[in-house]
Amino acid sequence: MSVGLNIVICIKQVPETTEVEFDKETGRLKREGVAAVINPFDEYAIETGLRLREKHGGRVKVISMGPPAAEQALRDAIAMGCDEGILVSDRVFGGADTWATSLTLAKSIQLSGAHDIIICGLKTTDGDTGQTGPEMAEHLGEPCISYVSQIIDVKDRKITLKRSLDDGVETLEAPLPLIITVSKDVGQPRLATLRGRLAAKKAVINTITNKEMGMNPKELGLDGSYTRVTKIFTPEPHAGGEVIEGTPDQLADAIYAKLKETKII
Amino acid sequence: MSKPVNVGDACTGCGVCVSACPFGAITIVGDKAQIGDACRVCGACEPVCPVKAITMKKVEGPQSFSDWRGVLVYAEQREGKVHPVAYELLGRGRELAETLGEPVYAIVIGSGLAKAAEELVKRGADKVLTYDHSSLATYRDDPYSQILTEAVKELKPSIFLIGATSIGRALGPRVAAKLRTGLTADCTSLDIDPEIKVLLQTRPAYGGNIMATIYTQNSRPQMATVRYKVMTEAKIDPAHKGEIVKKSVDPSKLQDRVKILAFEAAKEQVSIVDADIVVSGGKGLGEPKGFDLIQRLATALGGAVGASRPTVDEGWIEYRHQVGLSGRTVRPKLYLACGISGAVQHQAGMKTSDVIIAINKDREAPICRISTLAAVGDLYEVVPRLIEKIKEQKGSGVP
Repeated sequence: MSVGLNIVICIKQVPETTEVEFDKETGRLKREGVAAVINPFDEYAIETGLRLREKHGGRVKVISMGPPAAEQALRDAIAMGCDEGILVSDRVFGGADTWATSLTLAKSIQLSGAHDIIICGLKTTDGDTGQTGPEMAEHLGEPCISYVSQIIDVKDRKITLKRSLDDGVETLEAPLPLIITVSKDVGQPRLATLRGRLAAKKAVINTITNKEMGMNPKELGLDGSYTRVTKIFTPEPHAGGEVIEGTPDQLADAIYAKLKETKII
Repeated sequence: MSKPVNVGDACTGCGVCVSACPFGAITIVGDKAQIGDACRVCGACEPVCPVKAITMKKVEGPQSFSDWRGVLVYAEQREGKVHPVAYELLGRGRELAETLGEPVYAIVIGSGLAKAAEELVKRGADKVLTYDHSSLATYRDDPYSQILTEAVKELKPSIFLIGATSIGRALGPRVAAKLRTGLTADCTSLDIDPEIKVLLQTRPAYGGNIMATIYTQNSRPQMATVRYKVMTEAKIDPAHKGEIVKKSVDPSKLQDRVKILAFEAAKEQVSIVDADIVVSGGKGLGEPKGFDLIQRLATALGGAVGASRPTVDEGWIEYRHQVGLSGRTVRPKLYLACGISGAVQHQAGMKTSDVIIAINKDREAPICRISTLAAVGDLYEVVPRLIEKIKEQKGSGVP
């Protein structure tokens, strides 16, 4: 294929720290006042997309669903080298669980043109579900390969890649279009370049709202979600115990005694 | 329940809706439009129909789920051997089922499953469904998710639990989306609400800084992936009776768009996620070679080697060893942190370990505050002595 690959990267803006506060009334996150960054796992998805473009040519489109402020995450992705950013944002999208999120993203991707490969991060550092990619694959009717550790090649509308499971590494071949979620093994994400930053500043970020999607609001956001959060609480911290000092022998003895006491050995 | 999108008699089969459907869910069968399973009830077809034959049914109000009964456990297997997380799910699943007065089911997909099925009965399953086929020997996303979806539709369990292994967390969302139901990831506790009898699914989020309790509304089954080593395993009861149903495998469900070219088994005997003991090293090691010492201690204790993010970023050790927010979450019986200061991000991946022991030069390091025992000292002096002591004990034959 001479025209190259149409690559779509899904990213999410997350709080920089995970020490977050909750609004006890609504059970929702207080996102204000916390610095927001691209989900660290998604940076590996971006890196994967950029490397694919370097090797095979094409375009890297980055898409994010979130509040209007998530536009910054898209600009940061463009600064890394992505060609185009699309913000999926509408009040009716708010409060979506992974089902409603994946449905909205799938619809937006379809609206924004053809794709050969959709790349997602392994999971987000806030929600930590890893479900949105695979669920999106079902909405789109495409294959999904999770935990991709290395892309070997794309040829004749087929991709070969490796994925890392708990007990080993599989080498797989799949037809395009498809969805993959990538792990950190794909390679260290690049930093933004000066040229990229300039491009990011100038870039026009298109927004998709439900006006463009034309979906029933009942299918979206909180109303369209199958799961509901009923309670949010702070877990008991791991009880701190003793802090001991002494000679190396005494310390080793104390640890050994603790291992015995807790029946670990 | 009738379909949320209906095609009335006025339909002329003109096909306008077919091209309007963003999900490719509409086909013309005979001279009528037919809404297929891919329909997402987005409503795009309704306004385009020139003869107003398409109507959307509003799905509202409380629904009755009384025909969904029982707790189903997905029993992940490798080479015919059931993953222990399934026994844990059967343990908790039995308790949930008793609260509801409903049965416990297990389902296993693979090849050569006779023994696995018997074991699942002894572990408390009232009914075990087996999908046994030579081409299902190892996990494949497409066929496994298709078979599982069909099985759930037929069985109609109220609750469906899957172990949150790497396979479970890939399979779960595929099946949940096909079934159009909710899925709660990586739960650490499950309960039944005493009043409305729904499954309360509790899971950590934000790196374990908060816990959220979630329930599934307006859809069934109530699906959750559940973290390994959190629930108590069901004990073997040879007297427990259960039915084993060998299901036939529909060849059309075996189709796989993804082809497996090779498999390379992991070098390590145990991954950090499965290990009962994890010995981790951090920047305090000073150099990549420090992991040799960590490995020796891990070997002496029969555990796996973990690592903090900085050591992985420096290339001292591979990513699969990384514990923490951007690595793996572990919950071993013992987490032994050597030269790890214990930033919040690291704690997110290990703070629910049963026993935490830290060896660190800095008594003010955050890890010391959450450790069962924190030894303030040089790991290069303490660890070799500790290894000696452990070996001495083994050598002495004292149990």
